[in-house]
Amino acid sequence: MTQAPRIGVVTFPGSLDDGDALRAVNVMGGAGVALWHADRDLQGVEAVILPGGFSYGDYLRCGAIARFAPIMEQVTSFAEAGGPVLGICNGFQILCESGLLPGAMIRNRSLKFVCRDVWLRVETSRSPVTADLTPGETLEVPIKHGEGQWVATPEQLARVEREGLVVFRYSSREGVVDDAHNPNGATNNIAGVRNERGNVVGLMPHPEHAVDPDVGPTGGQAMFASLLAAAMAGSR
Amino acid sequence: MTAEATDAPLHRRLGLADDEYERIVDTLGREPNRAELAMYSVMWSEHCSYKSSKVHLRTLPSEGPAVLVGPGQDAGAVDIGDGDAAVFKLESHSHPSAIEPYQGAATGVGGIVRDIVSMGARPVALMDPLMFGPLTDERNRWLFEGVIAGVGGYGNCIGVPNVGGEIRFGEPHSANPTVNVLCLGFAKADELVTATSLTPHVGSFMVLYGAATGRDGIGGVSVLASATIEEGAEQSRPSVQIGDPFAEKLLIEASLELIREGLLEGLQDLGGAGITCAVSESASRAGMGAKVDLDAVPLREQDMEAFEVLTSESQERMLAIVHPSKLEDVRSVCEKWGLRIAVLAELVEGGGLEIHMGGRIVADVPARSLADEGPEYERPIAAPPSDGVAVEDPTFMPFDGDLREAVFAVLTAPNVASKRWAFEQYDRYVQGQTIAGPDSDAAIVRVPGTMKAVAMSTDGKGRYGALDPYLGAVHAVAEAARNVAVSGAQPLAITNCLNVGNPERPEVMWQFTETIRGMRDACEAFATPVTGGNVSFYNEAGDSAIWPTPVIGMLGLLRDHRLRVPTGFPRGGLAVYLAGDTFAELGGSEFAEVVLGVIAGKPPAVDLEREHRLHRFLVDAAGGALLASAHDCGDGGLAIALAESAIGGGHGFAVTVGDELPAHVCLFSESASRAVVSVERADADRLVDLASEHAVPLVRLGETGGPRAVIDGLLEATVEELRDAWEGAIPRLLGEPAAR
Repeated sequence: MTQAPRIGVVTFPGSLDDGDALRAVNVMGGAGVALWHADRDLQGVEAVILPGGFSYGDYLRCGAIARFAPIMEQVTSFAEAGGPVLGICNGFQILCESGLLPGAMIRNRSLKFVCRDVWLRVETSRSPVTADLTPGETLEVPIKHGEGQWVATPEQLARVEREGLVVFRYSSREGVVDDAHNPNGATNNIAGVRNERGNVVGLMPHPEHAVDPDVGPTGGQAMFASLLAAAMAGSR
Repeated sequence: MTAEATDAPLHRRLGLADDEYERIVDTLGREPNRAELAMYSVMWSEHCSYKSSKVHLRTLPSEGPAVLVGPGQDAGAVDIGDGDAAVFKLESHSHPSAIEPYQGAATGVGGIVRDIVSMGARPVALMDPLMFGPLTDERNRWLFEGVIAGVGGYGNCIGVPNVGGEIRFGEPHSANPTVNVLCLGFAKADELVTATSLTPHVGSFMVLYGAATGRDGIGGVSVLASATIEEGAEQSRPSVQIGDPFAEKLLIEASLELIREGLLEGLQDLGGAGITCAVSESASRAGMGAKVDLDAVPLREQDMEAFEVLTSESQERMLAIVHPSKLEDVRSVCEKWGLRIAVLAELVEGGGLEIHMGGRIVADVPARSLADEGPEYERPIAAPPSDGVAVEDPTFMPFDGDLREAVFAVLTAPNVASKRWAFEQYDRYVQGQTIAGPDSDAAIVRVPGTMKAVAMSTDGKGRYGALDPYLGAVHAVAEAARNVAVSGAQPLAITNCLNVGNPERPEVMWQFTETIRGMRDACEAFATPVTGGNVSFYNEAGDSAIWPTPVIGMLGLLRDHRLRVPTGFPRGGLAVYLAGDTFAELGGSEFAEVVLGVIAGKPPAVDLEREHRLHRFLVDAAGGALLASAHDCGDGGLAIALAESAIGGGHGFAVTVGDELPAHVCLFSESASRAVVSVERADADRLVDLASEHAVPLVRLGETGGPRAVIDGLLEATVEELRDAWEGAIPRLLGEPAAR
């Protein structure tokens, strides 16, 4: 019998979906490990999740202060060593601020917070959350953010598209990517991206709120299954 | 109270009446100084002392087997089995929201969350019942958009899901929107923090922790919340507090950790009346006095005067009573969460509050005189004179218009139309326990780690209340209980917020006492006691008051959330029934306002026994897994209940409604005690039997299925058309060019 993979979830002051990410890991058969922003210790986990929320209030720029948290040094080294890292919503913003992922998030096109179930089209299998998925598949997952419009410089955008770093795009249920199915104005409907190596992924939607059918859609199940498998693979 | 001229005596400008001032002089045996006067003015304000409402609130039923904590505490608490408690309360933040909608609504959320935390419970859900003037007016749109953004902006940043709350519109709410907020929390029953659960000692410290104190919100409870809104009210903006949700999130986590670690002898939030309220209430409750050191208070700005520090309503602060041996442990928990703490006071024998600042005593008053011995009034009551002209009841007005057009007109009326535009700005997911959110008649929140769930509905019937305040209150309680029951949950208890005008006007006091009478009768009939609540007076501008609007927050228990009944038709091929009788009752109806253009007549009658039978039938039917869907049949009548059931589930229907009543009366009557339900055909006989056991009339209307909504001979539309109209109405109103 193999041991459940240990997945760390970092709590920053102002993290909100940290408990939800831990629960999702456990529901999907992993062992969630709570990590604290002020520690310099990843406790030997096999994957790291930076959860959603408003770290440090996000009064400056989303994720701009969290990237300086002591634990982020460990997270950066872990990522550079090829460890699987997933940033969700505010966690995605922190990964962009840290330079681990390309692009940045600005306020939604509507200038309003938006909480809604959306469909995502998988663009690549090369990420810790899509290894079990096929490009073109769609997943239903909620979004809830005020600053989720992904943007990039023209050079960054060209590179992200050329090198296949886009992991998810907002789409219709059938996988049609168009402006009508873009909830926040994200460039090219981009909902999530990965790094070149394919071990760091960030997305604005919340897969941790899409594993329990009693309280939401179920598009997050496959993502967590992939993440758990990636963590297992890393530990061997 | 109305605003006093700037040359009036200080006590009047602070909102104290002359005889109240005399009483302070009697209590102290001397003239109060400025700081003391400020303290009395906030603690004896209507908002803090309930001086006009107390004698009437005492007549409400507040006891029952499920009630763990009743009125008089920060929030009520209800036994939900297995040693678990549900803690809940409604509050208003209407006055600040009328002046500064974003911050007013935001800090309302912050305040109610701290009330729940100070009971030792984790806040698990928010709901915001709101009333505005019509959205055709530019200023109303500004208030509406600001309040929704403020509710979301604060709630979304503290990790407490917002799961709904009724949003309604009425002209009298134009100047003074009604902004109420409910918070639900969960705790273990034996870990609740109440007046008797912890024992403070002489020599223990009062520790202030959280945000620093600034000049914001000075006199919020007296200048703002206990006065009518006058010309130039924008000048009161400094009395509106400013919220910092990040600090609130840290405060929640630190407070719950302090309680969990057993480090406290008492806990109170700082809200209305700031330090004055928290210190005087804590000392009075302990039967002690306190030596208070205002120099210890961390200040946001230098040179604040004693009265400012004492009455500032700066947000995100808490006051804990801590034994000296636990002080360092408390400090380390607060520091872990990045919060500063200050030893503000020490509990002493006797009952005096001795307040020091800058090396001298700036105030010296009995704690009880502030917290418990405020004035209490039996204000004059007078029913408004009947003008002698019989107003025609809309029930009997002729109608020969197009019924299909009428259905669409009512469906797109702002009261009925989808409020998705607002609810999409609230995070309903966080904490991962939201079984049903704003789209459902009742919001349903699972108790973590269990199969059980709590159902909540907030309802207010302002238009009915304007026509008959007694019936308005009865309907509010009945509809809230019905919304919980259609979801399959057993209604247990209520909290409430009574929103009315100026209590110094006898006709407003009449509305208020009629409202109390209606609440009392309905709560007694349904065995759902009142666990607490809030009174919001002075909701007027100029000489026009809001509609008397009691907002009821009903809490129910679902023993197994898998037995929850959805609102919409979940599939085709189901039998559709109407439970309850339809009478010719268009008085105060949505149809009368929207189609006939009148707000008149007598609201529908409520037979409380009949209503209660319907609730028991619905809960029993849900418990036996007999219902495929159930939806309250209320606002807008049967046509709207059917349309919403179709929109909610995405399945059409074909029904016949009989011809005992004129067609428009049948479609739009708002008779109470009804629900539209759908059932598998195989279960239909059992449902009919169950209804007859409960003596609830149950009439088969037709079947679900297909893309069309068909009421035989009266309506034909596609579900898509209905949805587009229903969902598009509010955005269309907001997208219009400015009306002025």
